[in-house]
Amino acid sequence: MLLNALLLALREIRRNLLRSFLTVLGIVIGVAAVITMVTLGNGATRMVADQIASLGSNLLMVMPGQRLGPGRDSAGAPKFKIADIEAIEQQVNGLKAVAPVVGSAVTLVAGTQNWSSTVSGTTNDYFVVGNWRLAAGRLFSEDEDRAGKAVCIIGNTVKKELFGNQSPLGSSIRVKTFDCEVIGLLAAKGQGGMGQDQDDTVLMPLRTAQRRLTGTLDIGNVMVSLKDGTNSTVAMAQLRSLLRERRKLADNVDDNFNVMDTKQIAETLSGTIGTMTALLGAVAAVSLLVGGIGIMNIMLVSVTERTREIGIRLAIGALEHEVLLQFLIEAVALSAFGGLVGIALAFVACLGLSALMRMPFLFNPGINLTAFFFSAAIGVIFGFVPARRAARLDPIEALRHE
Amino acid sequence: MSQPLIELRAITKTYGQGQAAFQALRGVDLQIEAGEFVAVMGPSGSGKSTVMNLLGCLDTPGSGEYLFQGIHVEQLDRNQRALLRRQCLGFVFQGFNLLARTSAQENVELPLLYRGEPAEVRHAAALAALAKVGLAEWAHHTPAELSGGQQQRVAIARAIVTNPLVLLADEPTGNLDSQRSHEIMELLVRLNQEQGITVLMVTHEPDMARYARRIVHFVDGLVHRDERNPEAAPCC
Repeated sequence: MLLNALLLALREIRRNLLRSFLTVLGIVIGVAAVITMVTLGNGATRMVADQIASLGSNLLMVMPGQRLGPGRDSAGAPKFKIADIEAIEQQVNGLKAVAPVVGSAVTLVAGTQNWSSTVSGTTNDYFVVGNWRLAAGRLFSEDEDRAGKAVCIIGNTVKKELFGNQSPLGSSIRVKTFDCEVIGLLAAKGQGGMGQDQDDTVLMPLRTAQRRLTGTLDIGNVMVSLKDGTNSTVAMAQLRSLLRERRKLADNVDDNFNVMDTKQIAETLSGTIGTMTALLGAVAAVSLLVGGIGIMNIMLVSVTERTREIGIRLAIGALEHEVLLQFLIEAVALSAFGGLVGIALAFVACLGLSALMRMPFLFNPGINLTAFFFSAAIGVIFGFVPARRAARLDPIEALRHE
Repeated sequence: MSQPLIELRAITKTYGQGQAAFQALRGVDLQIEAGEFVAVMGPSGSGKSTVMNLLGCLDTPGSGEYLFQGIHVEQLDRNQRALLRRQCLGFVFQGFNLLARTSAQENVELPLLYRGEPAEVRHAAALAALAKVGLAEWAHHTPAELSGGQQQRVAIARAIVTNPLVLLADEPTGNLDSQRSHEIMELLVRLNQEQGITVLMVTHEPDMARYARRIVHFVDGLVHRDERNPEAAPCC
């Protein structure tokens, strides 16, 4: 009996190709749209989250000068010195690393290639603070730090511009007036949260930059990273009062320095991501609903014809459950087929679109299953329920159905 | 066999409810012997189609008794009635009621499929039935590719492919021109005489009723007149 029902169901699908095709199409579109939407959304969310993570978590940026804005003057504010760094390290609680940074825009030359980039003089703490890892080579040695030797670690963009595909290690770069040996290559980070290229950078020991590039003992800014679990508000307050004290600021004078918390930026961005995710969820739900209504319409449109068909089958001796089994198999086969095609289509679309938008492709089994079963359930319910109603009629009523 | 093939006792049937209720049958008594060819005639609303649907187990009576070979059909459940249709009855409708987009052969095979016959048996029986109605050449055509008369002959082939005891035809010539109508009637007579199939036919055309050996007239939900038709040629 099952075989017979299967035979009849497949025969009906084949015979009503247009109707079958439309049913399958409805399910395919519904499933594919939802999966693509959610998968791309997840990819975008992950991309933004990665960018925030690459900033370094729990990071404080300390810069000389008053808060920027109209009527403020940052030009006269005193710079930081190495003593300030030591004081911060010793007197503020809950810090993981403190990195002084001396920045300078320079033109780099290696062989016949040249490239404009930014040099940062700093310490090995910079790698902790900025979440940097080395792709090759080594960090600065203590000796190089202390003596201010001409060594540097370069970012991926600089390496590509100056050395192409060759290993830069051991080569030297001309920075302004001196040659600098490349001892390390930073692992690529990609675009930063603000759209800048984080890999377009050259790092050298603090003392090297001070002596050979800026010619002063000034420190441009300080980057401070907090230990996990440190309350950033408390740390910021401690940092601020320490610096006010060291700069001998009276109570009624504004700060002549500025502390920024990247965690605050991260939290703002996280909120945005949350909104984005919720929005995507809503869009996905609407797509599912629309897809579902499409499936429902096609199923319901064919009810009249099918009711007569059921009447004929009953009249010539089919049992109610034989007719129902046939219709159930038909609905399940179409829905499952449509669902699988939808998943395949979504997979291809997601692969293509993520590559196009340079986003990570995150396969999400949950949404695949949800979309598949929701659409399949709608297909089965609206394919089967009207058939069940028709099969329960007296055959003559089903035959007369208009 | 003293027992008639079919016996109706005081059958009633009411459509609708309350004020709108319409009593289509008001206590019909009827006996039909095996091998008869009966035409049921009567004006519109006289209950002739209703009685045909009840006889065919397509509909259920309001009250009364319906005995088929001594079985109380009015006490059977849906599935038992379906099995009775499957085993003993064949139907021919005014509107043909063939499955669309389905070849003549597959339409004729359908009752056998529900009986669970294997494919070879189905194919052979369907082709034989189509040959009997003169459509052996048309086995692979769909209803849309056949004329009305041909469609009705496919429907007759579908009805007789199971070798039923009774063939029920509700206005089988209602949608056909007169020449096709006579061809259909001659086919029914032949099936009745050569295969011994009991034929019950509803019609309102006296020309068609003349082929039957017995004519039952319905008026207002009751048997008005039940007569032998001496004209019916033992034909062929």
